[in-house]
Amino acid sequence: MKTMNSDEQVLAVRELTVEYPQGRGRDPLRAVDKVTFDIAQGETLGLVGESGSGKSTIGRAILGLVSPTAGSIEFGGQDITRAGNRERRALSQDLQVIFQDPYSSLNPSRTIGTTLAESLRLHPELSKGQVRDRAAEVLGRVGLPRTAIDRFPSNFSGGQRQRIAIARALMVEPRLVICDEPVSALDLSVQAQVLNLLSELQREFNLGYLFVAHDLDVVRHLSHRIIVLFGGQVMEEGPAEAVYSKPLHPYTKALLDAAPVPDPVLQAARRTRREQLPIVSGAGQPAGCPFATRCPHALPVCHSERPTMEVTPAGTSVACHRWRDLNSVPTLELPDRKISHAR
Amino acid sequence: MVSMVIRRVFTAVPLLLLVSSLSFVLLSLTPGDAARQILGTRGTPEQYEALRQQLGLDQPVYEQFWHWLSRAVTGDFGTSIINGTSVAGEIWARLPVTLSLISGAILVSVVVGVAGGVFSAVKDGWLARAIDALVLVVWALPVFWVGSMLVVVFAIKLEWLPAVGYVPLSESPTAWARSLALPVFALSLGSVAAVVKQTREAMLDVLGSDYIRMAAANGIPPRSLIFRHALKNAAIPVVTVVGLQTIGLFGGAVLIENLFAVPGLGSLLVTSALSNDIPAVQAVAVVFTLVVIIVNFAVDIAYGLLNPKLRSS
Amino acid sequence: MTLVAPFTEITDVSGSSSADSRFVRRLLRRPQAVACLVYLAVLAVVAIASPILLPDVAAERAGDLADSLQGPSSQHWLGTDSLGRDVLQRLLVGSQDTLIGVGVALVVVMLLGIPLGLLAGYVGGRLDRTLCWIADLVLSLPAMVLVIVVLSVFSQNLVAAMVTMGVLTAPALFRVVRAATLPVREQLYIAAAVVAGLSPSYIVRRHVLPRIVGPIIVQLSLLAAGALLLQTGLAFLSLIAGPPAPSWGGMVADGVGVMFQQGWLIWPPGIAIALTVLALGLLGDAVRDVSTEGWSPKRSPSRSTKQREKKKGADAPAISVDDDVLLGIRNLTVSFASSGGNVRAAERVSFEVGPGETVGVVGESGCGKTTTALAILGMLGHGGHVEDGEAHFAGQDLLTLSERDIQEVRGSEIAYISQEPMVSLDPAFRIGWQLEEAVRANTPLRGADAKRRVQELLEQVQLPDPTRAARMYPHELSGGMAQRVVIARALAGEPRLLIADEPTTALDVTMQVEILELLRSLQRDHGMAILLVTHDLGVVADICDRVVVMYAGEVVETASVADLFARPGHPYTQALLASNPHNQHAAGMLPTIPGSVPELGAMPPGCRFLPRCTQSTPACELGTIPLLQIGERHESRCVHAREVRST
Repeated sequence: MKTMNSDEQVLAVRELTVEYPQGRGRDPLRAVDKVTFDIAQGETLGLVGESGSGKSTIGRAILGLVSPTAGSIEFGGQDITRAGNRERRALSQDLQVIFQDPYSSLNPSRTIGTTLAESLRLHPELSKGQVRDRAAEVLGRVGLPRTAIDRFPSNFSGGQRQRIAIARALMVEPRLVICDEPVSALDLSVQAQVLNLLSELQREFNLGYLFVAHDLDVVRHLSHRIIVLFGGQVMEEGPAEAVYSKPLHPYTKALLDAAPVPDPVLQAARRTRREQLPIVSGAGQPAGCPFATRCPHALPVCHSERPTMEVTPAGTSVACHRWRDLNSVPTLELPDRKISHAR
Repeated sequence: MVSMVIRRVFTAVPLLLLVSSLSFVLLSLTPGDAARQILGTRGTPEQYEALRQQLGLDQPVYEQFWHWLSRAVTGDFGTSIINGTSVAGEIWARLPVTLSLISGAILVSVVVGVAGGVFSAVKDGWLARAIDALVLVVWALPVFWVGSMLVVVFAIKLEWLPAVGYVPLSESPTAWARSLALPVFALSLGSVAAVVKQTREAMLDVLGSDYIRMAAANGIPPRSLIFRHALKNAAIPVVTVVGLQTIGLFGGAVLIENLFAVPGLGSLLVTSALSNDIPAVQAVAVVFTLVVIIVNFAVDIAYGLLNPKLRSS
Repeated sequence: MTLVAPFTEITDVSGSSSADSRFVRRLLRRPQAVACLVYLAVLAVVAIASPILLPDVAAERAGDLADSLQGPSSQHWLGTDSLGRDVLQRLLVGSQDTLIGVGVALVVVMLLGIPLGLLAGYVGGRLDRTLCWIADLVLSLPAMVLVIVVLSVFSQNLVAAMVTMGVLTAPALFRVVRAATLPVREQLYIAAAVVAGLSPSYIVRRHVLPRIVGPIIVQLSLLAAGALLLQTGLAFLSLIAGPPAPSWGGMVADGVGVMFQQGWLIWPPGIAIALTVLALGLLGDAVRDVSTEGWSPKRSPSRSTKQREKKKGADAPAISVDDDVLLGIRNLTVSFASSGGNVRAAERVSFEVGPGETVGVVGESGCGKTTTALAILGMLGHGGHVEDGEAHFAGQDLLTLSERDIQEVRGSEIAYISQEPMVSLDPAFRIGWQLEEAVRANTPLRGADAKRRVQELLEQVQLPDPTRAARMYPHELSGGMAQRVVIARALAGEPRLLIADEPTTALDVTMQVEILELLRSLQRDHGMAILLVTHDLGVVADICDRVVVMYAGEVVETASVADLFARPGHPYTQALLASNPHNQHAAGMLPTIPGSVPELGAMPPGCRFLPRCTQSTPACELGTIPLLQIGERHESRCVHAREVRST
């Protein structure tokens, strides 16, 4: 499933910072704070975090839907940080998107065919029939009948609409698709279908994905690498399995521990372990680590100094003042999170 | 709150400048000479020259305007070119008449309109449906026509109320009230309809909202849901429509005052306009605008009281 | 994948216009709209044709003076006026000026209002603020007064008057267009179009404009009515259309002048004006109804829910009201009125909740879990009604209670919290006030006692600063804090059962942990039972004692939590557990459930999960499957439950 077909770099994001104005007399809200990452051809990078972590903003900045305050975004070697309408149009052949809400992402008053044909407006050389055939072909690939072309979005269920949204992204042959919470609005029994479809398509067309989600369980399935965000900053990043099974940052651990697992015995054990940690829930934006106000292990230094990214023996990078002593690195082997029942 | 007051003042100044400069701009745009147009073919050359001078047409427009403005801020609106009386004096005499007419109409609109709207939103059955139908018909009737019908029914057929004329409050309070009854009734009908409609829609909207359902699910009794929760939340759009209707009432007052021969600003406006008495028209327009600004200010304050989000930001 | 595919099939061109034609067709299906359109069309024809066919009327100074002030007769259908002229002729010819006036005003309104409204709504930012400021400025001018100012300079000039009217009322259309554009602008399909590199003008023309046609027409019809009333008013004052020109307003004025001699004359022009305004208003209403019914979720206009007839099914065994059952649901069937007849959202739902027990109702969207919860409280609302079944709570059947009696139960016996804490609280009242209201409604506490109780409640839900929180408005709270307040309100009447409908779905996982923890501790301290509606099996595993699994409106399995996760007795439960991403290896495909949930009203015969089931046999197609007892307090709606359970 997760095989990278090439190492060719598609996207390079450097120290990306996005600020939202908050009205007169108030400091702008820093939604994304100096985030750096790359995505290679055929690779999936998972961006994980809770609301307000800046994960969706990063996707929107790459797509040109919000303009970055600082930093740079390069796509295929070309700087697109502040690309204009014309550059965006050319770029849309390589960069596509799948949004979270399948109900709002399709214009309800236009047929599926019209919506799909819109992606090919840059190809005036194609006849109407060709565009239609292409639409039918792509619909077939995502598992929908070609008769869908003349129907309206209201005729389809959430899962089917998300397939249509995927088809729209595939109308051109993109190199990178931004997937902004593509399955979180879907029912559980349909989620797996869409996730499987996405990974099949990745293999088939060597697509790169930026997979934005709040659920680490979902993200690790599709991702080669994972970035964990909090308060607009990168907390931890690295190979998906390493981040998921051997998290070193207290926030990553908290995130993993918080998601309840569908197993009463295991869940009870996790709850007992969590109850031993002091509950900290402060407000405000500390000058140092953004997680400091909620971190059970925070020291004064965490509130005053922003930690630097450090490479760990597990191959991950972590931004935490205490990652070494909290995880007893390097002397002790980390406890394995992969508890037997799932295997 | 303070910032709101400042913002209102900032809006009021350009508004007044805009209205007061309007007739000057229009005069300068008029093909040919306004004085000639006013006099038509009837005027002698002497009259023409006199009128030109009186209108200040021998000066550039901006100077005319400046001249007018510098006197207007002291309350001097010049003299009527028709009868030579002081425009300001005329306005002061007529303002209370128009204001009592309009405040009466606002009072009726709010009381009857909100009550009717709440009733129509909450109750089922023929009475609620009859209100809805009545609202639609009343809304469609032109105010001057309704006024005429009221005169026919209440003054001519039933002889309950005087058909036309106005008795000042100082002369006889009962006669004053009787003389205003029909004009206020006629004037308010349209805005009553608008307020009923808006109140009904806003109430239905709020009563269908999640927080009302959630409050109901947790045992809050229907009386409180309707008269506390729904009414307070529905009040915001209702205040908006009352504000807009009030502005509209000034137009209606112009018609009603003429129909009922009420000596208010509206009848002054029409007679002046018909006789091209531009200084008088201009002054009435400015005074009307000033009153409208005060109404808008009151609406803003009402918003602030009703909407906690506005208050805190 | 090749970009240019070979021609495999020739089909007709996809119709992008069909959405618009559907709109027109739906509009024409309404008699009210058709009547209005026909009337307005006839009026337009009259306005154009009658001055041509009756060329002398416009300049006619007087008719037969001996024949003046006559009522309707065969010669003069609508009588004659004070100068002996035919009223009908003057009414017909007079329509031209009226419609020209309205037309001029509308053109000006559209030219200014639509482009500027689209611009402000689509571009936003400073431009939007400036345009809104100007619009508010213009809207707060008394339009009629300014029109008269213009007429004092341009005497009797209809076009000047109506252009002024247009300029002064354009902001009303501007505001409607802008307000309609804003939510469309936020739709993700607009973002998708931007990403596709489509130009802003294309996006506005193709994506925004078609979606806001409805509100534009509605506002235009209102503005047309306003322009008509203004035009006739000005003519009434003889500020325009001076004699001898015929005009509707002028005819009313003539009629008023001779009211004492001939009362008839004010009727024909009055009715003409009123009918035209009415036609415009009703057309606007019809367009609004059609344009909202098309896009928004269906909401039936019924104002009150019908009181359900008391129905005692003989086949439903009366449940024993013993001490270990707090809430007993039996055979609950709920249906909703829809365009295609009644659809059943929940069928034959049966389960029990014991005192102090936490029962999870788990299932996907549309499986009937929320419907069931709302039916218990008698809160189904628009179009929904209980067809059959019982809900025993504390010795009474909740479903047979009158509205007044069920109100007594709500809040004080059974409380309810929902998924969206932010929209569960009234935005116009302080938190403290809302909690105090709930305390007063559900307990005998009043005054200082009630206030003390509010303080206590806020402390119970562990809000950091209860005194400060009481003074706050809902919009000042975060999602997690709002859910705590909602829970505090639910606790006000010390209910024996709390129905929590997806209480943590809108919250982040770290916040979810805290809310679940809070619910757990409240239950421990107060012995309150919880009926937890959720789609998340993880939440079930975390907090529930027993589980009810629902699928397509039916209960498919009930079991203790330990049993359900260890030995699921229904293929759907099994598949749901298997496809959960948490239970998977990192590599390889996820196990999936093929197909999708059947739609309400289109249920397969036999087992409803059959089309998606991998373990089905012909026996599954035979009629309705009953709930089978397969273990101690373990039931499954599967004919193969025992085999399934042992796999």
